[in-house]
Amino acid sequence: MNVDPRPDIDMSALLAKIGRSHDVEDFEVLFRHFAPRVKAYMARTGSPGPAEELMQETMVAVWNKSAMYDPLKGAASTWIFAIARNLRIDAFRREKHPEFDENDPAFQPEAEPAADRRLEGEQSARLVRAALKDLPPDQAEVLRLAFFEDNSQSTIAAALDLPLGTVKSRMRLAFTKLRAALAQTGDLT
Amino acid sequence: MTIRHHIADDLLMSYAAGNLAEGWSLAVATHLSLCAECRHRLAAAEATGGQLLEDAEFAPVAEGAWTTIRARLGTPAEAQTPSQPQTAILPKPLRDYIGGDLDAIRWRPIGTAGAQLRLKTGDRETQVRLLKIPAGQPVPEHGHRGRELTVVLTGAFNDGETLFARGDMEDADEETQHIPTATADADCICLAVTDAPLRFRSWVVRALQPLLGI
Repeated sequence: MNVDPRPDIDMSALLAKIGRSHDVEDFEVLFRHFAPRVKAYMARTGSPGPAEELMQETMVAVWNKSAMYDPLKGAASTWIFAIARNLRIDAFRREKHPEFDENDPAFQPEAEPAADRRLEGEQSARLVRAALKDLPPDQAEVLRLAFFEDNSQSTIAAALDLPLGTVKSRMRLAFTKLRAALAQTGDLT
Repeated sequence: MTIRHHIADDLLMSYAAGNLAEGWSLAVATHLSLCAECRHRLAAAEATGGQLLEDAEFAPVAEGAWTTIRARLGTPAEAQTPSQPQTAILPKPLRDYIGGDLDAIRWRPIGTAGAQLRLKTGDRETQVRLLKIPAGQPVPEHGHRGRELTVVLTGAFNDGETLFARGDMEDADEETQHIPTATADADCICLAVTDAPLRFRSWVVRALQPLLGI
């Protein structure tokens, strides 16, 4: 299973549909797309055994929680990334990833929900994809090392033989561009 | 409620990437519960993670992986809202560590009038405490090395000319000379996360640590 059989399908719409109807065949399409990617994300130990197990755990969690996925809050890939990330933190560091809860009575909702910020999952994915492609290679590299290889900023600085301040400023520059791309929601057609 | 002091970019990115230690992450999650603006920033940072996952090279999954998974698929949970109290002062990420809201805290005295509660996390890098600063008083026993994140939960404090109120995050390093002082109208309760104190093996150095200020 090395080839993505359905490269053009809207995975966010598909995941939202799975959340509503729990169709196993739909989930198989999502699985064949994301499982090898999640496994690559989990493969930081070099041994394929734990990566395969963590991939399975992630995909079962995706199925179990699918009803909670809201495409207006981001792309399927973003939602699955967050599930995989939390499982990876738990598996490799035995730490928790504390998170806010929208149903918390102490939660402070948005003063006025900005309608123009509410992009459908794949729209925001398209903007982020374009912005990532436009990043200078040195900025894209620190993002990949931080998000995908799970390195702290000081580890990245040591690995690339750069001052910590340089790594931080590359991160900041990249982040600024990505946010600008996502804020530019005007005309998507 | 207007939040004036937000999460630094490097913290937010590390939190989104999943390589921020649990103690710092608790301060970030507490601020995020109270700040819609930073939640939008977090969404952008996590979208980066999502896109990098999308762009990842394939790691071929084991033969028969789908059959295995398929057998594990039960009936998924309906979108559900777990039971929550009617009202709360502390955001949920903190209540989860305390086992309740403010009224569940068993404060330990610190200094002459202040109080604290230490919270235990899974990392060895940070020291996490809730601090109660009496109205009009400076933060007791306030020496730290490395970074310090402070999130205001009730009341407010001034640090120099700058006011920090509910939800605000102060981000100080050891070079910042600062004396946070609770405003005169009310006690200030805040979450304070610092780099864990260095542990010296020699008892002589340990005994001298407070004198040496390390």
